Amino acid sequence: MNVAGLYNYWIVILLMMTGFYVVISSGNLVKKIIGLNLFQASVFILYISMGKVMNGAVPILREGVTTYSNPLPHVLILTAIVVGVATTALGLALVVRIREAYGSVEEDDIHRQDESL
Amino acid sequence: MLIETINIVLLGMLALTALAAVRLHDLFAVTIMFGMYSLLAAVVFVVLDAVDVAFTEAAVGVGISTVLMLATIGLVGRHEQRPAHRPLLPLLVVAVTGAALVYGTLDMPFFADPAAPVHQHVVPYYLGKSPEQTGIPNVVTSILASYRGYDTLGELAVIFTAGVGVLALLGLRRRKRPSKEHPTP
Repeated sequence: MNVAGLYNYWIVILLMMTGFYVVISSGNLVKKIIGLNLFQASVFILYISMGKVMNGAVPILREGVTTYSNPLPHVLILTAIVVGVATTALGLALVVRIREAYGSVEEDDIHRQDESL
Repeated sequence: MLIETINIVLLGMLALTALAAVRLHDLFAVTIMFGMYSLLAAVVFVVLDAVDVAFTEAAVGVGISTVLMLATIGLVGRHEQRPAHRPLLPLLVVAVTGAALVYGTLDMPFFADPAAPVHQHVVPYYLGKSPEQTGIPNVVTSILASYRGYDTLGELAVIFTAGVGVLALLGLRRRKRPSKEHPTP
């Protein structure tokens, strides 16, 4: 088995699962969103890893270079980064709004207040 | 070979940063860890030939995201309560999901394999035709703005929606709120 050939993917999976763990185990809403961002950035690394070509160059066309890395994943991830920050902003705005309504950003506190209504 | 070594070291540092972010309970420290993580990811993108992605990540991921998180922490407080329940169930879920994903990678083409299917479909066309059809030497730009322009239009729609959402949640309420919870000093 070629460990060096799969190393990038395995590290990406470790990073993804770290982000996923933060999302499902943390009770704090801000930390959940940070976990979501960790997950997201690891997906970016997965895509860019798939776009790399052995001995390839940056995909800006010029004389004397014949092998370029794959530009298509780069385009997809450029779009994803910008969309990601937009959704992060929306999520954080929701957290601020929840803080105003409940006085807390801890999931347990919010559940308790909802049940006592 | 040098590139591969740098790649391996940087990815190891990314893993350590992520694990540190999990263990910390001060949200300010977690946010700074996230900024470091994004910056390391941007360096990985440079190593993997994605320079456009690297500077977008450095500007947006490290800059704007971190500032947004710090602003939120300023409003909601920086200390996380420790979770009351034990982390066994989340750990189990994460381990099973991770094992399934690792099993999935065993069929994937190896890292930097030039014969991988992802390099065979439309990309040779873009690389070959881009100079005569668009006149832009940077193929990432020509795909983003020309061949896949509709994707970028859709991205703008998403950003506009998110902006409207943020304004609806926060922007209009600010003015009429008397400072009830935070008495002025």
